[in-house]
Amino acid sequence: MEPNSEIDQQTDTKPKNWDISRRKMIKMLGGATAAGLAVGYLPKALRAEPVSESAADLAAATSPESAERLRQWMMIIDLRYCDGCQSQGTPPQCTEACNMGHFVPKPMQWIEVYEHEMSRDVGEIKALDSATAPPVEGTKFMPTPCMQCQNAPCVNVCPVGATWTTPEGITLIDQDRCIGCRMCMAACPYERRSFTWGNPPTSPASDFVTHSVEHQLPIKKGVVYKCDFCPEMARAGRMPFCASSCPQNAIYYGDLEEDLASNGQEVVRVSEFLSEHSAFRHKEELRTRPRVYYIDGHGELAGRDPKTEGTMPVRWNIDIKDGSKNWERSS
Amino acid sequence: MTYSTETLEQATVESMQRFSKRYLASVAVLLVLVIAGAVAYVHQLQDGLYVTGMRDRITWGLYITLFVFFIGASMGGTFVSAALRLADMGWRAPISRGAEYITVSALLTASLFIFADMGHPERAINIMLFGRWESPLVWDVYGLTTYLAGSMVYLYLAVLPDLALVRDRIGHRLDPIRRLFVIMFSASWTGHPKQVKALDTSLKVMTVVIVPVAVMMHTVTSWIFGMTLREPWDSPMFGIYFVVGAVYSGVGLIVVFMYIMRRMNHMEAFLTERHFLNMGKLLAGAGGVMIFFQISDLVTAGFKLKGESALNLYQLADGDMAPIFWTYIWVGLMIPLALMLLPFTRNIWGVLIASVLANVGMMLERYFIVVGGLRLPLNPYEPPDYTPTFTELTIVVGLCSLFILLLLIMMKLAPAISVQEMVETGEIEAVQVDAKGVVA
Repeated sequence: MEPNSEIDQQTDTKPKNWDISRRKMIKMLGGATAAGLAVGYLPKALRAEPVSESAADLAAATSPESAERLRQWMMIIDLRYCDGCQSQGTPPQCTEACNMGHFVPKPMQWIEVYEHEMSRDVGEIKALDSATAPPVEGTKFMPTPCMQCQNAPCVNVCPVGATWTTPEGITLIDQDRCIGCRMCMAACPYERRSFTWGNPPTSPASDFVTHSVEHQLPIKKGVVYKCDFCPEMARAGRMPFCASSCPQNAIYYGDLEEDLASNGQEVVRVSEFLSEHSAFRHKEELRTRPRVYYIDGHGELAGRDPKTEGTMPVRWNIDIKDGSKNWERSS
Repeated sequence: MTYSTETLEQATVESMQRFSKRYLASVAVLLVLVIAGAVAYVHQLQDGLYVTGMRDRITWGLYITLFVFFIGASMGGTFVSAALRLADMGWRAPISRGAEYITVSALLTASLFIFADMGHPERAINIMLFGRWESPLVWDVYGLTTYLAGSMVYLYLAVLPDLALVRDRIGHRLDPIRRLFVIMFSASWTGHPKQVKALDTSLKVMTVVIVPVAVMMHTVTSWIFGMTLREPWDSPMFGIYFVVGAVYSGVGLIVVFMYIMRRMNHMEAFLTERHFLNMGKLLAGAGGVMIFFQISDLVTAGFKLKGESALNLYQLADGDMAPIFWTYIWVGLMIPLALMLLPFTRNIWGVLIASVLANVGMMLERYFIVVGGLRLPLNPYEPPDYTPTFTELTIVVGLCSLFILLLLIMMKLAPAISVQEMVETGEIEAVQVDAKGVVA
């Protein structure tokens, strides 16, 4: 076999055949049409739509076409009143109530209270540059639920549309569709997402709940969970666990569309309240447009001295299912 | 010994029939490791990713590191076989077959690493059913499948005449499985001018197609990281940085494979020092560009020291990631470049050592990009730690063994050196010059 020499001998002796029979032409046209249709249909077929039953019901109930008023749930956290429950001598009550109420498996905290140092930027840590750090000027507590971003980075990166923002402005997760790739956890700039690394240690009581994307129960292995903003409870006229359990009434929950929010004690007009106290949103420069607003402070209205550091770990008293696996945070 | 087409055909075809003790022993060891990895994976499926060292905060670990590494290895294979074919470099002829093997098996291994990392691998089909074009992960999945299909077609086109050669020469003496394989895939190739022309045209088209696809693939892989709001990954340079790193480690991996193939199949006559030195030049070139990127990245971030990128620099230069970072800079970049520049290390051993070091370095680089990026706290808490567990390491070793095993199997399925390309490029005459002791 000497293909080399054969190439040299090979010359174009025959003119190119451009005659196309009718049969071939029709075939080609048909093929092109089919391809065109397929290309047109593909984006629709691949579009993220909630499929699981509860997600579909939710989509129907909250679609813009439905006759009812479309709520725009939001939250205001007044940090002037938040003392990290130091005055109570207990771990943060919002986290505890949320964990109990939602049967959150152990190392997860859907609302986590972080202790920020006031002299430095949010997100900067002692450990990395403790030698060169300026003197500590006191701390403040910051309860951090899911921010319910309106331009949510987690929604933007999810490959299967398992997380999406509802017309009510809440970002939910469909754990029946989640493939467990954890791309959303890498994308979330607030680190508000948690993964069930093993068989989750939850209370047996949660097994009797029918699954819904709005309360995410029962908790499953190998998927992502986060704060769901309690839309089901809100529709029933109840406050979320974190808001109703706050001893200082620092957490307001309300509706942007109706312009009202409440902490259980008083009702405020959201637009006025926010501008009066120059409220801010966490990491506003990222333009994620969260639905959680903060009023800056360090618990001064609850009588806290910012130099008092430290908060206690969250207490756990849910009875845990047999055979479940508990896992610790890697920090 | 004369170096004619005849002797080359003889040598390549014969090497397919020879199963040395060392070859069989390596296959056996690798098989054991692959099975161990499979057992560990079943364990992981049962208990969840609980068995790995990953937890909330550091949510990606060795699996994603190795995924990025193997995508890079495949990029190097395409670069050597297709880009050098485009540039009409004759000396690639004895290397290109091995490079194509590496591309295909590295891509297969990389996709398995994705499965290893998923919480619900059985739902992978959801990406096809409900995929959202907005997600960089969907780009990656479609990119990977396109690239895998493309490189398989490319490999097949290149190997087709050689399969026919095997069929004609030793087809009747092969074991039934390989005989069937060779007869089926050589597809009645006779070397007829029409066939030669058709194949030549298809190969040209595939060569032009596969190079941008390979570049796209690695850019998209970098975008899995680059599209997030994490500061160390937030760089427009990330795509090109990944591509050059991929060429660097890929070229190195091919050199290692070349060396093993040369020893195992006794191809010293056709894979000469000149080929190693040329690969060494490519390696030094890619390494030089890597150093240039590293410096421009460090200087622009280090001069301003703003926000989280400052924290990232601290953890790389002085913090917990420092041993890995500095090993990468010195052992992974500087020493290989020095080995290629110094005249007395410019030989086969020098190139081989530089290649191994380059690969070690690039694996470390992928590690501190993935883990170091996730390690930076976005909320006030102490930076978390990540230590791979035994199960995790077993799965990683199992999949890496699978990569080598695939290469060893492919080596015996078709001639390890492309006879057709050697003749076409005139490289067969060039190795005769090498034999007389004239090294370019």
